[in-house]
Order: sequence, then structure tokens, then C-alpha cells
Amino acid sequence: MSEPPMVSFENVTKRYGSLTVLDGLNLTISRGEKVAIIGPSGSGKTTVLRMLMTLETIDGGVIRVEGEPLTHTERQGRLVPANLAHIRKVRAKIGMVFQSFNLFPHMTALHNCMEAPVKVLGLSRAEAEARAADLLEMVGLSNRRDYYPSQLSGGQQQRVAIARALAMRPRVMLFDEVTSALDPELVGEVLQVIRKLGEEHDLTMLMVTHQMGFAREFADRVCFFYEGRICEEGEPKAFFQNPQNERSRQFLRAVLEAG
Amino acid sequence: MWDWAFTLEILPALARAAVITVEVTILGFLIALTLGLALAVCRIALPWTRLPISLLVELIRSTPLLIQIFFLYFVGPSFGLTLDAMTTGVLAVGVHYATYCSEVYRAGFESVPRGQWEASVALNLGRATTLRDVIIPQAIPPVVPALGNYLVALFKETPLLSAIAVLELMQTAKIIGSQTFRYTEPITLVGLFFLAMSLVSAWAIRRVEAGINRRYRR
Repeated sequence: MSEPPMVSFENVTKRYGSLTVLDGLNLTISRGEKVAIIGPSGSGKTTVLRMLMTLETIDGGVIRVEGEPLTHTERQGRLVPANLAHIRKVRAKIGMVFQSFNLFPHMTALHNCMEAPVKVLGLSRAEAEARAADLLEMVGLSNRRDYYPSQLSGGQQQRVAIARALAMRPRVMLFDEVTSALDPELVGEVLQVIRKLGEEHDLTMLMVTHQMGFAREFADRVCFFYEGRICEEGEPKAFFQNPQNERSRQFLRAVLEAG
Repeated sequence: MWDWAFTLEILPALARAAVITVEVTILGFLIALTLGLALAVCRIALPWTRLPISLLVELIRSTPLLIQIFFLYFVGPSFGLTLDAMTTGVLAVGVHYATYCSEVYRAGFESVPRGQWEASVALNLGRATTLRDVIIPQAIPPVVPALGNYLVALFKETPLLSAIAVLELMQTAKIIGSQTFRYTEPITLVGLFFLAMSLVSAWAIRRVEAGINRRYRR
């Protein structure tokens, strides 16, 4: 039997009241794959990441991480809601970077990256500090390790947030519009870090992005969401050059016009 | 009108009483701060406690402190709760202000952006760690001024304990007055003492605030 996919959404449904945000989503992501999720706002793309990070509950279907149900356990062949210990065990494989950084404002860059490794993984402070220092170097912020978030630019904060997530050694990284809150001149430095991450590590990445150029050159696959469904998906080159679906064409035209 | 010799004579007794007043204030406020935080944290961490805590807070805030003091001191014994006057006073004042403090803390918790909770989930931090290391350090600095106001308010309500004969300032002044038939000096001195202490604590709170701002608010 072949190894299970890194992440799979099986017939996942999400509703807010009477509004169906995701309607029977099926999406399989293999180990090391880089998937860009694009689409107009309100199409449910951010919800996909938030469900996988367990920030949103799901109303139907199941999400699996390396074959293991994320918020369920199998009992006598049936899926029942899992306890927090199970969720935390599976969730440990996933890291997330947010649009609004969400760094802890009362901790320095270094301490932001040390908190979870010490408190969750049980690393000693020295081990955690070494790991945090390495990661801050990787994102090019060695000289800012003792700065507080408010003393850093948006781009620097987002790079610290990436280092902080990586310090937990996740298998899957989720990027939720990570450049949308940045001034245009700061977008590049964050994208460069993500690019480097993709080249140097065998990380599985899921990113919701509006940076079409980046999605095109970086992703292995593009999923275009429209009204809670994947409307079209495929290799970036083919998708951007020759979108098959009318909605995708409209969307790309609108985005390209906006520049 | 004002007798300086008499003033000097009663000063030692009033000074001893002032120590009791300050003791009640400090102990009562410590209870208010810790119990208030415990109530606010329970409401967040244990959803089933929300209703009983709201009811308790509403009950305590909607009845006068004086009645609560009387209740604890005179009705408590019939439920097997016999405490001396000082303990009763500290407990009553502490619990009463704990309910006010819990509301202040609650406002502090609500001021912490949701993204902080979400980042904690994404880093797989446990609930207790999230509260202790992430949420509480951000929730408390903004509400220090409000908590400080309650310290001063609590301090100014300690004369209520004279009703159950705790030998704090007011009770001592009343005793002096009834023994000597001179009220001007003792009551004036008590008033001046409260004025002085309120000013001192307001200044101290500003110092604490400034210190916390330096440390946490960035």
C-alpha cells in the first residue's frame, strides 16, 4: 500500500448559519507539494487553512493528516469526535502564518520563537534558544533577535512569525495571505523567505495568496476557489496561460488588470 | 475649637488604628485581585461556570457592602461560620471588590486580539500556557488604572467595618469621641488621614502603571 497523502480533505463542508462556505470539498495534497489557493474573497479559501489548523470546526466530512483524522478518531470503523489530546497530537504536524502576523507583543523576536518549543515540545531553554537563533538567521533577522514586534517593520514581523512557526518543526506550513497586510516594498523579503524555505526543506505548503506571479513560479499546483468549491485546479503554467473555466478567466483578467 | 494637646494625646491610638485600616485594605485588596482574576479566568476557561459566576457577581454587586458585612458577621454563625470581626471584615471587603475586579479583568481579556488566541492554537500551546504566558500578560497592563481605582475605593470603604467593631480608624475615633465628648479632632484627623493615604496610593498606582507600560506595552 502506498503511503497516505500528507493532507486530505474528504467531502468537507463548512457552514456559518445558513451560509455554506465550503460545499463538499475534496482536496488531496502529497508530501512536499506546494499548493497555491486563489480565488475571489468570500470563496472559502482562508477557511480551508483555518479548518486544517483547527481554528474552525467542520460541519461534515473529515480532514486527514498523514492518513489520521484530524478532529476525529476511528472507533469500531466509525468516526467520532476526538479529544483534545488527539487533536493536539495531529495538530503538531501543522504550522501557520497569519495575515496579521499575530506575534506576541510582550516577547522579543527570540522569545516569540522559543515559547512553544519550551512549553510544548519540552526543549530546554538553551536548546530552544539555539533553534530560534538558527531560524532567525535563516529569515535574515539575527541582528533583531532582541527586538520587540513593535520595533520591527511589517516584513520583519512576518519573517519572525515564519521562524516562530518553523521552530515547532511542522510537516505542513499554512500561509494565509501573509503579504496582504504589508507595504508593497516589504512583500519581496517575505516571499523570498518562503521561496528559500521551499528550496531547502521538504515542507508541504499550502498558501492562500493574491500574489499571482509568486503562485505561478513557486507552486506545484494552483487551486482556484469559487463559491465554496474548487472551480479549477492544475499546474500553474497551464492554469495561468490557458484557464479552462469561465470563472477562472474572469478572475485572472480582473486580477491582472488591477496589476 | 481645636485643642492641640488633646490632638497629641489621641494621636497614638489613631496611629494604631491607621495600621489596622491599612492592613484591612492590603489584605482585602489582595483577595480582590486574586479572587477577581480567578473568577475572570474561570469564566473563560470553564464555560459551565459562566452562569453561576455571573449570578454571584450580580448578587454581590447589587447589594450594599454594609449588609454583606452584617450578614457574614451576624448570620454566618447560624450556618456554622464563626469568624472574628477583623477576618470577617477583610473577607467581606475582599469578596465584594473581587466581583468588581473580575469585571475589570474581563474587559482586559476582551481587549486581547483574537489573533493572539489563534497564534497560540497554531503553536499548539495548551490552554493554561496560553492564558499564563500569552493572554494574561497582555490583558492586565491596560486595566491597571481601573484596578487602582478600586484599591482607593476599597480603602475608603473600610470605615464600614466600624459597624462590626473592628478597631480601625473610624471605630477608634468614635470611641474616643464617646469617651471625651470631643469629636472635632478625632474625626478631622481620620478625614485627613484618608485624604493623605488616597493621594499616596494614587501616586503609587501611577508609578506601577508607568513601570508596567515600560515593561509590557510596546
